[in-house]
Amino acid sequence: MSKKYIGQAVTRHDAHDKAMGRIKYTDDMCDKGALVIRVLHSTVANGIVKKIDTAEAEKVPGVVRVFTCFDLKEKHYFPTAGHPWSTDPHHQDICDRLIMTDRPLFYGDDIGAVVAEDEVAASQALRILEKSVEYEELPFVLDAQEAMEEGAPLLHENYPNNVLAHTEIHMGSVEEAIKEPGLTKVEGWYETQPVQHCHIENFICYAYGEGDRTVVVSSTQIPHIVRRVIGQATGMDWGKFRVIKPYVGGGFGNKQDVLYEPLTAWISIQLGGRLVKLDVPREETFICNRIRHAIRYHITSWMRPDGSFAARTFKAWCNNGAYSSHGHAIAAKGLNAFPQLYPCDNIDGETWTVYTNRSVAGAMRGYGMPQASYAFECHAEDCARAMKMDPLEFRRKNLMPVGYYHAFSKNELYSDTFNQCFDKGAEIIGYYDKVRKYANQTGDIRRGIAVSTFWYNTAVYPIALETSSCRIVMNQDGSVQFQLGETEIGQGADTAAAQMIADTLGIPFDMVHPVSCQDTDVTPFGTGVYASRGTYTLGFSIRQTALLLKEKVLEAAHQFTRMPVYNLDLVDGIIVRTTDGRELMTIGELALAKLYTTDGSQHLTAESTYQIKSNAYSFGCCFAEVEVDIPMCRVRLLNIVNVHDCGQVINPILASGQVHGGQSMGIGYALSEKLLWDEKTGRPLNNNLLDYKMSSFMDHPRLVADFVENYEPTSAYGTKGLGEPPACPVAPAIRNAIGQATGLYINELPLSPHTLFREFTDAGLINDPWAEENK
Amino acid sequence: MDKQYKVVHCTINGKKVERIVDVRASLTDMLRNDFRLTSVKKGCEVGECGACTVIIDGEGFNSCIYLAVWAEGKEIWTLEGLIGPGGELSDIQQAFIDEGAIQCGFCTPGFIMTSWEIVNSGKEYTDDELRKALSGHLCRCTGYENIFRAVKKTMLRHLGKFEEAEKVNSQGITEYPEPMPFK
Repeated sequence: MSKKYIGQAVTRHDAHDKAMGRIKYTDDMCDKGALVIRVLHSTVANGIVKKIDTAEAEKVPGVVRVFTCFDLKEKHYFPTAGHPWSTDPHHQDICDRLIMTDRPLFYGDDIGAVVAEDEVAASQALRILEKSVEYEELPFVLDAQEAMEEGAPLLHENYPNNVLAHTEIHMGSVEEAIKEPGLTKVEGWYETQPVQHCHIENFICYAYGEGDRTVVVSSTQIPHIVRRVIGQATGMDWGKFRVIKPYVGGGFGNKQDVLYEPLTAWISIQLGGRLVKLDVPREETFICNRIRHAIRYHITSWMRPDGSFAARTFKAWCNNGAYSSHGHAIAAKGLNAFPQLYPCDNIDGETWTVYTNRSVAGAMRGYGMPQASYAFECHAEDCARAMKMDPLEFRRKNLMPVGYYHAFSKNELYSDTFNQCFDKGAEIIGYYDKVRKYANQTGDIRRGIAVSTFWYNTAVYPIALETSSCRIVMNQDGSVQFQLGETEIGQGADTAAAQMIADTLGIPFDMVHPVSCQDTDVTPFGTGVYASRGTYTLGFSIRQTALLLKEKVLEAAHQFTRMPVYNLDLVDGIIVRTTDGRELMTIGELALAKLYTTDGSQHLTAESTYQIKSNAYSFGCCFAEVEVDIPMCRVRLLNIVNVHDCGQVINPILASGQVHGGQSMGIGYALSEKLLWDEKTGRPLNNNLLDYKMSSFMDHPRLVADFVENYEPTSAYGTKGLGEPPACPVAPAIRNAIGQATGLYINELPLSPHTLFREFTDAGLINDPWAEENK
Repeated sequence: MDKQYKVVHCTINGKKVERIVDVRASLTDMLRNDFRLTSVKKGCEVGECGACTVIIDGEGFNSCIYLAVWAEGKEIWTLEGLIGPGGELSDIQQAFIDEGAIQCGFCTPGFIMTSWEIVNSGKEYTDDELRKALSGHLCRCTGYENIFRAVKKTMLRHLGKFEEAEKVNSQGITEYPEPMPFK
């Protein structure tokens, strides 16, 4: 196989249509006659719905139906996580949700729905309906550790102390190891905040009847999983539903959950298959979809005088919100990473995933690792400082060494990735000069520079099923369409896949056409995109399927050229006789001849499934340079450089785009974003894009993305995960840089003026002008 | 409550039109529903995200918080209007493609409209001014980096500064002046 297209910055296939504004997203496809659904959300954080009087709402002109939780005659509890189904009941996701519930567990829980002819009527009816709900209010709890206390309100009967899951790992003996003389102990609490994905296209779906089935068109990352869960939620056969995924305006993990597809499908069924649309408003997207878990960490390390770790402990409390969604998987990923990133013989680790009366936390870019990386890398910095070592050298000394093998996942660190990434990043940003220059500053405005790394892997093997299926169909001119279960959601998966097919099959890139939109009736089965799995997992099925097709093509070429198959090859669209390099015919001539021959006409196509039984480490680093205005409690990010080893880069411009996006999400996570709830009522306070401070154009410096390319030996094309890793190391790098500038190493996110004001005041860097008054 | 309607006359993408609209409808709704100009995207419907930006009498507006009835007598341009009669792209659209400034594409139409206003203003924006002028648009995919390059390059080309435009590269580490004397 030649690498003619792999590694090239080819333009993504959909860029032209997107620049023209003619790409169709879900709302663009929906007929304007659709009835509009608006969801009735709970306005208590914990309670029981006693009664909903629908009479007044039903009188609003244009209202078609009002549904309440009491209309749900059959209660089918269902899971929502976009995990592959497990045939082992013990490994299935927790079924704790209903389409509508009379037992709301957070402010924003779904207790009813209005269906109307237009949005205005639906909104008017909804406002009336909100006032017609009678609740029995119950005490609520918002904090994970408080939810575990005796006497805290219990959310789900089968989970005492609200603990969804508790996991421990133990290696060696911490108790014995810390008896070693001369150890230095470093201990810290690290607090991460809840944030939201903020894809610019809100979640939207619509449903209608077709024959005896229901079609659901949804802005989702996981169409085949959505079909299964709609089946579970309605108690109907899965095949009764057809799910179509159009172009998606961003997902970032929120759309790796089943959101309102079951409700929308159910309503369409109740209305005899009428076309109904649910376009979730931004305010509801913030609190009624999924959010990132807020996780609180406690880490202790005991270090020897040479800076090596003698023993370490790790504890994490993961605020899961009111329903399980992805459950324990997110906290567990951090726990799993802890002993791997900085290996140590003696480790105790523990995590609790805890239900609280907050919005439901689910998957979000990084799947628990932006949180864990913050804790790990704040702590690593603190350890380096305690040992008076350069933070970068400390990391080089203690990080996972080359050759490290992880028995459970069978992952191995094949290359000197960490050092290569550090070296490249340090050179680009000028780390060594600046770190010396910025030492020992005084004055109101100071600068700092720092580095952070992270642990990540690719795909979900061996925890869950990894499978990918591909279909390639050849046209009369030798061009092909291909279909995959791995969805295009903006990352460029379709284009990367087309590059792989072009090289493996041996035809020009412009003859490879993705069928970009998945349809469960047509698309081969696949679980979607998540876990940074796309390029890695689809690679296996693409390579296998393209080779199958190539075999058929060469067999057909034998018929028309009389040459033996073993002396033939398909190279960039030409059937070549390998013995002398002579070009015998084009793929177009061959495809046409094979289809229309009266002697064995054949439609050239291939389809196959590959089950993946490997995984791959995907590492990198982030360097951040900041300027801190101490009196203003403001941080300006001056420069940021991420270097990643994602193996073979299939498309440099798309890969850089993934890194930029992760850096951007990390910048907001580090400096400004935080969802807030009112402690007294449990009501969300800033669920809109004005009060929730997503980082804007002005908060971004130039973003630098670079790569080291160590070909991943387990991979079909040498690739490994890249979608999520860039978001992981940003916040700790910024925190550590602020620390270098000010001497204050703050263990809380975001590092917004609010946080800095408190920290700077407490540390005496600034005087609180109101301190006297407030006493 | 009875619905109220009003006739609106305006020019959309160079063509004079008139429509009867619900007086409560936003310009976004009118453009999307009545004219099928679906490049006008809805991301928040309260003027926060910029995805619905259109040009009204030469100036960018969030069409979601602009009532359809206010369009009376106005000249409105959407992304569809930037395309030539033979489907030709404008240079700013092409720059978004060439610089990899498009990922999911949902914020793209709004961004291109504001960028179009910038590059056709005849003004040379500083980097900070460019960021500020574009800061009414939110994007979660790109980190704005490639969008910045696309807009800056196109702006410089419009000003005849072709060599300077080619120097706007990725991997730009910025050296800032010293903030304060060090002790």
